[in-house]
Amino acid sequence: MKTIKLVINRKELEVPAGTTILEAAKSIGIRIPTLCHMKLEDLHYENNPGSCRICVVEVEGRRNLAPACKTECAEGLVVKTYTPRVMNARRVIMELILSNHPFECLTCSKNGYCELQAIAHDLGVREVRYPGEQSVFPIDRGPSVVRNRNKCIMCRRCETMCNSIQTVGALTAVNRGFRAAVSTAFEKDMKGSTCSYCGQCVSICPVNALSGRSNQQEVLDALDNPDKITIAQTAPAVRVALGRDFGFEPGAPVTGKMVSALRSLGFDYVFDTDFAADLTIMEEGTELLQRLTRYLHGEKKEKIPLMTSCCPGWVSFVEQHYPELTGNLSTAKSPQQMFGAIAKSYFARMLGVEREKIVVVSIMPCLAKKYEAGRPEFSVNGNPDVDISIYTRELTRLIRYANINFEELPDSDFDRPLGESTGAAVIFGTTGGVIEAACRTAYELYTKKPLGPVDIEALRGMEGIRSATIDFDGLPVRIGIAHGLGNARKLIEEVKNGTSPYHAIEIMACPGGCIGGGGQPFHHGNMETLRRRASSLYRADKEKSIRKSHENPYIIRLYKDYLGEPCGPLSHQLLHTHYFDRKKTVGISDETNKED
Amino acid sequence: METLCLSRSKITKLHAICEEYKNDPGELINVLHAAQGALGYLPVEVQEVIASRLHIPVSKVYGVVTFYSFFTMTPNGKYPISVCLGTACYVRGAEKVLEELERQLEIKVGETTQDGLFSLDCIRCVGACGLAPVVSIGGKVYGRVTPEKVKKILSDYYFQEK
Repeated sequence: MKTIKLVINRKELEVPAGTTILEAAKSIGIRIPTLCHMKLEDLHYENNPGSCRICVVEVEGRRNLAPACKTECAEGLVVKTYTPRVMNARRVIMELILSNHPFECLTCSKNGYCELQAIAHDLGVREVRYPGEQSVFPIDRGPSVVRNRNKCIMCRRCETMCNSIQTVGALTAVNRGFRAAVSTAFEKDMKGSTCSYCGQCVSICPVNALSGRSNQQEVLDALDNPDKITIAQTAPAVRVALGRDFGFEPGAPVTGKMVSALRSLGFDYVFDTDFAADLTIMEEGTELLQRLTRYLHGEKKEKIPLMTSCCPGWVSFVEQHYPELTGNLSTAKSPQQMFGAIAKSYFARMLGVEREKIVVVSIMPCLAKKYEAGRPEFSVNGNPDVDISIYTRELTRLIRYANINFEELPDSDFDRPLGESTGAAVIFGTTGGVIEAACRTAYELYTKKPLGPVDIEALRGMEGIRSATIDFDGLPVRIGIAHGLGNARKLIEEVKNGTSPYHAIEIMACPGGCIGGGGQPFHHGNMETLRRRASSLYRADKEKSIRKSHENPYIIRLYKDYLGEPCGPLSHQLLHTHYFDRKKTVGISDETNKED
Repeated sequence: METLCLSRSKITKLHAICEEYKNDPGELINVLHAAQGALGYLPVEVQEVIASRLHIPVSKVYGVVTFYSFFTMTPNGKYPISVCLGTACYVRGAEKVLEELERQLEIKVGETTQDGLFSLDCIRCVGACGLAPVVSIGGKVYGRVTPEKVKKILSDYYFQEK
């Protein structure tokens, strides 16, 4: 490989040809501020329009300053990254960006986490000398994502995420000049676009132009209402991410403290979505076996592969882009919705109260869960199964709001019966986890034999698309896994063309699975954060005494006392759902129309 | 399922245009150019059809349509009015003429009247500076236009339409 020698800040170094000054500087620990540039190697995400110019550096012998993110190293280059000229230019660039940015830092929900704010602070910008016209766009409050284009700095990270990685195509740059903005087709609100609500745009927005919808106040109101019984359910990915904002290492599990914090906030019952994940496995695993058996007995109309339906971003993507394939989606509801349905039927009966008296609050790593909770089919007489869904960052805010000293909280356990879960449920939070959990149960239900090693390593990893064949005692079950909607699209295209080799496919809309969800603490481009969250979940699985969903004693009792059998009539009523065709098409109007 | 509608003949026409460019997403600008040439403008439905033929998100199509001032999403009037705002016309009061046209037609620049008769646009220099300020309607050029003359000019077209 050809290498190049250069000097940065009087340090000599050698880098492979093609390396940018930014990468070269990073390799020797020299930090150059960036705004528009973002690279997530494992996800093949790179946004590099070179438009913000905050990374300019001085290159000896060049008349103009060079953007470090766009300039490739050349032999003998002498680069200086913090001369007075460079710093002055960066400050002017920052002031120009700020001249069209609202000064609302104190009341902005991104305060303290904003990359623009951090760089302006580092540059020591104390005034903006360029007062000028400011953009005035209406704020779009969607079911999951809130867009405030007045705060947009046109870095276009969201556009790259939405198009290149997620292939959703909802966000794009429109208009030109001062009126240019990142928006949707025909500048409709997010609800009228092809947005699948995955929230990945929010997770990488450097400012607060894209943020999650906030439902904190509804939670506080419910907790304050003496007539309501409040129930919290927490998704697996939250417990390995929440600690970060309270000074714990990225990925550190804080399950016990999280439960204590929710109790301190005033929840009457703190339950675990993991319980419902075990329930999901019972239903989805059974459904897989039923479909597979019928299919193998020659019923070619049976929809195979079965595609998982836990992820609302994915479900929404299928409904909008591949409505002809909704039949392949498992009819099993997601764990969030199964939990709500059981809490407001089985558990309400145990308490002897009406479902309306109960308020179910879910704490999710996800923005799409808000949209899912609001889908009308998930309610009974207008009363939703899940009343309020908040995401991890909102829980952080609630804990701070209530002045709870999170770091010092003792560990405590979930309440019973809906707080007991197995190791299979914990790994739902990472890519490959759902299908591994399903295989553990389906294997034993099908073969009537105990599974050998519980860890199915073949299904794990961070590759965007993975596959494995699991031997069900002579029956090879072929599994496909994808995370990130762009990868998912590749698998579903195969299904559409009839070339898919799989019996079952697990899809998570977010890169990494739920651990990389749009509602999680910001990773600021650090992939290591996601990896640590994943390994933390696998460790939690290992530490559980029961690691297969069908062995959860509270699940066994739920079926015995209430549901009957998996995929039975009551299960179908409470735990299964149906899907819609939400594709936008152009039809043919009446030919007699006077237009022609 | 949300459905927009377009006549069969227009859909056929659009499909033919896309086909001419081999449904290649890289030819988007040429496809839009041809589509506007054939249909006069590029409404939502047309952009949706083109997006689905070229297998690209409609947001991308809309992004291109809004970037280039040549593309328009509103149909031109039967008599498209262009007011010259070149230097000569401008200094001789073209802006006042434009304001009067906006007032009389009750539309803004870039819009089309409800009855579809007139649309209003600005242009830069038609090369008839000696006649400044200049307004062209359809193919016809009017010179030395004043705000007072606007009403009379328009009434001729209304009369023709009766």
